[in-house]
Amino acid sequence: MSFFFGVVVPYAALITFFAGLVYRVVKWARAPVPFRIPTTCGQQKSLPWIKASKFDNPSSTAGVVGRIALEALLFRSLFRNTRAEKVSWQGGPKLAYRWEKWLWLAALSFHWSFLIIFLRHLRFFTAPVPSLIRLIDGVDGFLRVGAQGLFITDVLILVAVTYLFLRRVVLPQVRYISLPSDYFPPLLILSLALSGVLMRYFFRVDVTAVKELAMGLVTFHPKVPEGIGVLFYIHLFLVGSLFACFPFSKLVHMAGIFLTPTRNLPNDSRANRHIDPWDYPVKIHPYEMYEQEFGKKMAEAGLPVEKRWM
Amino acid sequence: MASLPKPDELAGINYNPPRTGWRDTPVEFRRGTYCYGAKPKNLEAVGLPNPRDWSPEDQDWKLPENWKEIILEGLRERLGRFRSLQIFMDACVRCGACADKCHFFIGSGDPRNMPVLRAELLRSVYRRDFTTAGKIFGKLAGARDLTEEVLKEWYYYFFQCTECRRCSVFCPFGIDTAEITILARELLNLVGCNIDWIAAPVANCYRTGNHLGIQPHAFKDMIDFCTEDIEKVTGVKVEPTFNRKGAEVLFITPSGDVFADPGTYTLMGYLMLFHEIGLDYTFSTYASDGGNFGLFTSHEMMKRLNAKMYAEAGRLGVKWILGGECGHMWRVIHQYMGTMNGPADFLEEPVSPITGTRFEHARSTKMIHIAEFTADLIRHNKVKLDPGRNNHLKVTFHDPRNTSRAMGLFEEPRYVLRSVCNHFREMPENTIREQTFCCGSGAGLNTDEYLEMRLRGGFPRANAVRYVHEKYGVNTVACVCAIDRAVLPTLMDYWVPGVGVAGLHELVGNALVMQGENDRTTDLRGNPLHGREEGEDV
Amino acid sequence: MNLADLLTKKQAVILERWFQWFLETYPAETARFMREEKNRFANPVGSSVYQGIEGLCQELLQGMELDRVYPLLDPIVRIRAVQDFPPSRAVAFIFALKKVIFEELESEIRGGQISVEELLELESRIDNLALLSFDIYTQCREKVSQIRVEEIKRRSERLLQRANLVVDPSE
Repeated sequence: MSFFFGVVVPYAALITFFAGLVYRVVKWARAPVPFRIPTTCGQQKSLPWIKASKFDNPSSTAGVVGRIALEALLFRSLFRNTRAEKVSWQGGPKLAYRWEKWLWLAALSFHWSFLIIFLRHLRFFTAPVPSLIRLIDGVDGFLRVGAQGLFITDVLILVAVTYLFLRRVVLPQVRYISLPSDYFPPLLILSLALSGVLMRYFFRVDVTAVKELAMGLVTFHPKVPEGIGVLFYIHLFLVGSLFACFPFSKLVHMAGIFLTPTRNLPNDSRANRHIDPWDYPVKIHPYEMYEQEFGKKMAEAGLPVEKRWM
Repeated sequence: MASLPKPDELAGINYNPPRTGWRDTPVEFRRGTYCYGAKPKNLEAVGLPNPRDWSPEDQDWKLPENWKEIILEGLRERLGRFRSLQIFMDACVRCGACADKCHFFIGSGDPRNMPVLRAELLRSVYRRDFTTAGKIFGKLAGARDLTEEVLKEWYYYFFQCTECRRCSVFCPFGIDTAEITILARELLNLVGCNIDWIAAPVANCYRTGNHLGIQPHAFKDMIDFCTEDIEKVTGVKVEPTFNRKGAEVLFITPSGDVFADPGTYTLMGYLMLFHEIGLDYTFSTYASDGGNFGLFTSHEMMKRLNAKMYAEAGRLGVKWILGGECGHMWRVIHQYMGTMNGPADFLEEPVSPITGTRFEHARSTKMIHIAEFTADLIRHNKVKLDPGRNNHLKVTFHDPRNTSRAMGLFEEPRYVLRSVCNHFREMPENTIREQTFCCGSGAGLNTDEYLEMRLRGGFPRANAVRYVHEKYGVNTVACVCAIDRAVLPTLMDYWVPGVGVAGLHELVGNALVMQGENDRTTDLRGNPLHGREEGEDV
Repeated sequence: MNLADLLTKKQAVILERWFQWFLETYPAETARFMREEKNRFANPVGSSVYQGIEGLCQELLQGMELDRVYPLLDPIVRIRAVQDFPPSRAVAFIFALKKVIFEELESEIRGGQISVEELLELESRIDNLALLSFDIYTQCREKVSQIRVEEIKRRSERLLQRANLVVDPSE
C-alpha cells in the first residue's frame, strides 16, 4: 500500500503532468498567430519627440520581455485595478480601497508563496542541498516561534487561498461567474497546505525517511522506508492530484500568460509586416468592375476614368 | 404590450429578480435592446450564407438544417487558426477582474454583460465539444450543449459588445473579449445571423466603396459642396482632386465625414489644412470610405473590403496613404492591413513633403494617421495657428477605443489639441487613454433601433463628460473617430445637454490661419466668434 | 419630538435603507458592485443615485422646493428611463421612501407622537416627488424619441441639403 502511494502515485502524477502540459502547450503553440493584436496600454512609438511607453505598449522584443515579466512576476494588469481612491461619493471625501486591491495582493502572495514553498521542498530531492535553497529556507523561516522556525510563506499561502476561496463563495458577483470546477483548485491547495503545515508543526513525520523516499524517486531507484506516517501519504497524494489535473483544468493559465497574443507581441505592425500563415485569396470588387458600373456617370462628372465612356 | 404587472411588483416593494443561473435564463428580445436582423439582399450582395427575411423576435430563426454542425465545424476550424482563441478559451480563471470594466455592465446592470460571462457563452460550448473535462464532467466543468437558445443568446450578447478591449487591459492573461466577439460573430455569420446595420454598410461598401452606397459623382459633388462652405467662411477656394493619378498622397477618411454632421466640419478642416500646406494629394471615389464594417462581420470580409486601399494606391501610383480620423478604420489599418493585403512594396515609406519627417513606424504599412501628420507639422512650425478662434470652446478629449487600445494614439491628438485651443481639460484618469470608456455604439451598433441600449452603454462616458462640464464648463468633446462624431451628440443630448462634439481637425480648421483669408467672423459651423482676447490656460 | 426632529435623527438610517431598496431592483451581483464601488466614474449609476436620494432626504426636511428637488431627481429618473424597467417600476422608488419612513417610525406613529397633520404633510411631499418624477420620466422618453430622429437626420445631413430637401433659413 505504501508502495502504491509512495511510488506509483507520484510517478503517475508526474507523467500525467508532463505529458498533459506538453500536449497542451504544443496544441497552443501549433495554432498560429495570424494577426498582430497586442492590447496597447500606453503611448505608441511614432514620432521621435513623443515619449513612447516602453512596457505598456512595447515596440521591440526587449519591451515585450519586460511586459511579460511584469505580468508574470508582479501581475501588472491585475494591479491596474488597484488605486486608493480619494473621490468617493458616500459620506464625503475619504480614502476608499477597492476590493480588487485585495485580489491582487492575495493572488500575488499566493503565487509567490507557492513558488517559494515549491523551491523549499527541493531540499528533499537534492543532496547536497544547493546553497540557494538553503538561503530561501533560512530567509523564509527567520521568524522563531518557540523552538521552531515558522515559515512566513506557510502562513501567507493559507491566508491567501482562504481569501481567494471565500471571495468566490461570498461575493455575489464572483459567485455568479464561478463554475463548479472553480471551487476545486483552491480547496485542493488548501488541503495540501494544511496537511503540510500539520506535518511540520504538529504531527512531525520522520524527515530522514521522507528524504530517503524522495531521493529514491528522483534517482529512479524507488524504495519505501518504513514508518513515515499516513499524513505524509495524504500530503503526497494531494500533490499528485494537483499535478495530474493541472494540464486539464484552468490551472494551465500559468502557461497561458506567456503565450497570449495580446501581451507577447510588440506593437509594431505598421513597421514590420506580420505574416498570416493561412492567408488565402478572397473575392474582391476590383476597380474595373466599379468603373464598369459607374464609368459613364464618372466621366460626366469630370472624374478621371480608365476607359472612354463618352 | 407586456402583461400587467402584479400589485406588489407595481409598488416595486420586495422586488427581487428571478434567481436562476445565467445558463438557464433565456434572453428576451425587446424593442430597443436588439438590432434588426440582416436583410437578405445585403447578405446576397456579398455572398454571405442563409439570406432570408427574419427578425430576432421570431420564434423560428430559419436556420439551415445543419446549423449546429456548421457552427461547431466553424469553431473547430477557428481553434486551429487562432492561438488567441485557444488560449482565451482555456486560460480564464474567472477571477472577476474584468467584471466591472464593461460599459454595458456598468450602465445596464445586466450581469451577463460582465466580460467573463460574455466569453463564457462561447466557452461553455467549446468545453462541451472540444475538451476532455467538458466531455466527461459536463455541467460541473462548465460545459453546455449548443441549442437554439444558446445561439440566440450569442446574438443578443455578441451584438451587445463594442469590441472596445477595456476588459482586456485589466485581465491578468490579456484575454481579449473583442477577439472573442469578433470570432463569435464570424460563427453567427456562418448561419446568416448578422445585424442589418452591419450587413448593409458591408454590402454598400463592397460595391460603391462607401457605407451609404453613394455613387462616385455624388461623392465628388458632396466634397465640392463642402469647398463652397469653406469659401463662405474663409474666402479661400480650396480645390481637392479625385482619382488623380500621380498624386503624392492618397487620402482616405470615413465617409461619415463627407455626409454626416458634425463630421462634415472635420472634412472642412482636412481640406483647409491640405490646401494651406500645398499637399499633393487626391481623394478616391473607389476607396471612398476608410470605415470597414467587415471587421464586425468576419476576418475574410474585413480583408475583402480593405483590399481597395492598396489596390487604389497602386492604380493611382501614389507614394503613400494618409488616413483620416476614425477608430475602427485604424484598428484595421494598424493591426490587420499589412498582414492581410500587404506587402505594399509598390509604395514608399511615408515622408512628410512639408517637414521631411520620415514616418519610420509606418515603413511597412505605408499609411499614417492624420493626427501624426498634423502633430509633426505643428511641431515644425509649418502652419500658422490662432488658437483664440477656439476660445468659445472649452474642450475635453475622448479617446476612441480602437486608437487607444489597439494602437496607442494618445499624445499626437493631444499635442494638436493643445496647439489649436486655449481651453483644454482632461476627463478623470480612469476614463481616458487606455482606460477610456467607449461611446457605447461602436462595432456596428450605432443604429437607431438600438438607442436605449446605446444610452446605457454610453452612460459611463457621458458621466465623465458631465463631471468636466459641471466643474470646468467644458462645452465640447473633441474626438478622432467618425462613429463618435455620429453618436456622441446623441449621447450628450440625453445625458449632458449643452455639450457639443467636434472632430480634432474641425478645431484645427477653426484655428488655421490661411493665406489670403478674410477676417473670420464665424467658426466653421457659422457660429460667431467672440471672446477673441488671448485665452489663458485653464 | 415632532416629525422633523425624528426624521433628522433617523436620516442616516432612512437614506441607507432607501438606497438598499433601490439596489435591490437590480440583480444581486450588480447591486453589490453599485454599493461597493466608491469611484464615481467607475460606478456612475450607483453614485448618481446615491447623490440624488441623499439630497432628496435632506429636502424632505427643508420644504421640497421644486427648483432644488428637480436637479436631484432628474439624474435618477434619467437613468431609470433607459434601463430595463417598465415605467411603473422606473419611478416606484419614490413610493419606497414612504414604506421606509413608516417602517422606521412605526412605534412613534402608533404611539401617537406624530400628529396626523404632520403625516399628511409628509405624504403629500412624497406624492409631489412622485408626480414630478413622472413628468421627468415622460420628458426623458420624449427626448429619446427626439434624439433618435435627429441622429437619423444628421447621418445624411449633407445629402439632404444637397438634394434641396431641407432649407437653410439663413439663405
